[in-house]
Amino acid sequence: MSSQNDQSNKFSTTRRKLLMGIAALPAVPLLASAGLFSTPAMAQAPATSAVNTTGLAVTDTEVTVGILHSVTGTMAISETGSVQAEKLAIDQINAMGGVLGRKIKFIQEDGASDWPTFAEKAKKLLVNDKVAAIMGCWTSASRKAVLPVVEQYNGMLYYPTFYEGLEQSKNVIYTGQEATQQILAGLDWVAKTKNGKTFYLIGSDYIWPRTSMKIARKHIEGHLKDSSVVGEEYFPLGHTQFNSVINKIKLKKPDVIYAAVVGGSNVAFYKQLKAAGIDLNKQTLLTISVTEDEIDGIGGENIAGAYSSMKYFQSLDNPNNKEFVAAFKKMWGEKTVIGDVTQAAYLGPWLWKMTVEKAGSFDIDKIAAASAGIEFNKAPEGYVKIHDNHHLWSKARIGLALPDGQFKVVYETPDLIEPDPFPKGYQ
Amino acid sequence: MLKSDRTFFLRPQDMIGIAVLAFLLIVILPLTLDNFRLQFVGKYLTYAFVALGLVLCWGYAGILSLGQGVFFGLGGYCMAMFLKLESSSVEATKIQTTPGIPDFMDWNQITELPYMWQPFNSLTLTLIAVILVPALFAFIVGFAMFKRRVGGVYFAIITQALAAIMTILIIGQQGYTGGINGITDLRTLNGWDIRTDSAKTILYFVCVALLIACILIAYFVKSSKLGRILVAMRDKEDRVRFSGYDVANFKVFVFCLAASLSAIGGAMFTLQVGFMSPSFVGIVPSIEMVIYAAVGGRLSILGAIYGTLLVNWAKTSFSESFPELWLFGLGGLFIAVVLIFPNGIAGLWQTYIAPRLGPLFGGTAARRASPPATPPAPPPSGSAAPAAAE
Repeated sequence: MSSQNDQSNKFSTTRRKLLMGIAALPAVPLLASAGLFSTPAMAQAPATSAVNTTGLAVTDTEVTVGILHSVTGTMAISETGSVQAEKLAIDQINAMGGVLGRKIKFIQEDGASDWPTFAEKAKKLLVNDKVAAIMGCWTSASRKAVLPVVEQYNGMLYYPTFYEGLEQSKNVIYTGQEATQQILAGLDWVAKTKNGKTFYLIGSDYIWPRTSMKIARKHIEGHLKDSSVVGEEYFPLGHTQFNSVINKIKLKKPDVIYAAVVGGSNVAFYKQLKAAGIDLNKQTLLTISVTEDEIDGIGGENIAGAYSSMKYFQSLDNPNNKEFVAAFKKMWGEKTVIGDVTQAAYLGPWLWKMTVEKAGSFDIDKIAAASAGIEFNKAPEGYVKIHDNHHLWSKARIGLALPDGQFKVVYETPDLIEPDPFPKGYQ
Repeated sequence: MLKSDRTFFLRPQDMIGIAVLAFLLIVILPLTLDNFRLQFVGKYLTYAFVALGLVLCWGYAGILSLGQGVFFGLGGYCMAMFLKLESSSVEATKIQTTPGIPDFMDWNQITELPYMWQPFNSLTLTLIAVILVPALFAFIVGFAMFKRRVGGVYFAIITQALAAIMTILIIGQQGYTGGINGITDLRTLNGWDIRTDSAKTILYFVCVALLIACILIAYFVKSSKLGRILVAMRDKEDRVRFSGYDVANFKVFVFCLAASLSAIGGAMFTLQVGFMSPSFVGIVPSIEMVIYAAVGGRLSILGAIYGTLLVNWAKTSFSESFPELWLFGLGGLFIAVVLIFPNGIAGLWQTYIAPRLGPLFGGTAARRASPPATPPAPPPSGSAAPAAAE
């Protein structure tokens, strides 16, 4: 039933996609020749029996993947962008002729912001629908719930969110940054350019902020010169009273506030900072949890002047990104904003397609083995590459929040940073 | 607890009802559903334990608890702690800073197993804890409140607060509890891999067997003198008190019994689903559990089981068919239940169907034997009305 639903949805978007053919001018001849040139490395549409030996949902003309995010509940606001990006990528891949000559069909399931539901739906996608890959999950908790399922039933999960690391699986490709990629370069930058010596760490109370702060503290105390942490505090998810910590900040006068407050708490945190008279243009604040999506809720004027450490910003100035932003807005409306995770989610279907084509097969074991070394030149964030540990090599960037809700990129690492999910000396 | 002068605690129509349910769960569903769907039913049935407890506690004794998730969670966590320790052998966790402890402890810089966790190295102690820990907790809460004659809406609100407190505690103490992620990646029970399909099928039948045993206990309580005191207490508490009964003790007992039933469900849930998290402990799941009992009919033991199955089935199938709209469908179902048939499925059955089927199927005989079955009864206690409006 859900596939019918998706089908109609996809038809309409495909039609829209065709109407905007001018934007995708080079794709038109490709469409006409039904993918003849789209898979240069492979022979045209190899036999299903050859590319699918484990009974996945692959036919001669179609391959089914799953999209598993929350479209209801508290996480819906964050995960919607990921769903949109994945659908866009699938649409574009289909317009180019699909994967191994097969169109991608997707089945969308709702994780409902509820971890057990994620596990249940992941199982449904793998056992009942036999999907060839799952693009999904957002929070660490949902990934932790789904991980045993994809490992048990040997599925392939493309996980988009920047996360705490300490994990590596044959069955998961992590398209976001792990903690050291996101944190270390940012701290080095703030120590150098803002002369930050004293840090105040504030986070929401769960595994990601805790692990991130642990890494940050080790880096500040062990690797930065004469630097120290003057405060470290955690607040329950959904917490909205930050006055006491703001008073402590005023008392301790740290050079840098380092924040990993997530979700709705962000709105209260930045508004109360502003109300307390802390001007972010004078007080340096570096966050690892605010993307364009969050600013939508916080309000650009409340957070202008803060710095965010991510690998992608919507304002990134390169041809890939311009094309991506234009296509995204065309499909989902002018008003949508694109945050770090949305971009990482967009990479999922593309990386999967390229891995399948390299492996010449949809088999999970072959994809898992072929993933390492996959390169994607057309990524909006620039060139990325899958590491042996199934994370991505990527750059770290610092963005300055502007009143209009966008970021101005003020720094990016010269080279790609190697992903290191189990960092020595930081555990 | 007391010897009834009647021959047996089950009336003929009860026996038929249980037999039909058993036949459905043991024969029909396993034959008609594939393995994957059957495992869902197994999961739903674990909630049925909670609904069963609510029928006794809320339907019969008039004590509405909006915190049954706490007990479901306690039972589930006890089981999860045992399974987690088993899957955290030194061998399996050698990449950690401290091998041999659960992974989330290692992430939170805990270097040795906390005392609280020690008993859960033993399966026997774990099984005892699954029943006793929630019962003890319910005893403390119940004793403190019922002795002070806290009841009705106030009790419901306090239990709801307990659910919130418990969630905050679990999330806050993540080094000891796994925090918001819960306790995940559970693999084996005494060396038996619980993740395989065959293991899940066996666990399903274990779950059904336990549920039927619990149903029998519920019927026994209902038909005993104790059961009648509970109903009397619900309808006119003062009269029971003036007759010389210590009302508080009866309330504490039924509350503890409901807690233990929920905990058995929680433990079976952990075994079948393979993890436990605070999202089963909080206010929302606790209220959902009350809804299961309300949809099934809070005065009917078997109705609660069917209610649980129906609501969960609807939840799963709506969300699969309409991922972006399903919550509205579910909301509509609940509104319909409250407005159109306040006594739930069991109420419909007793009003419209049973009278046509004759005494053997719970027709006229049922009305005579059990006062709460009278169909158009107004909500019997103060606490029932707000819940029906939930």
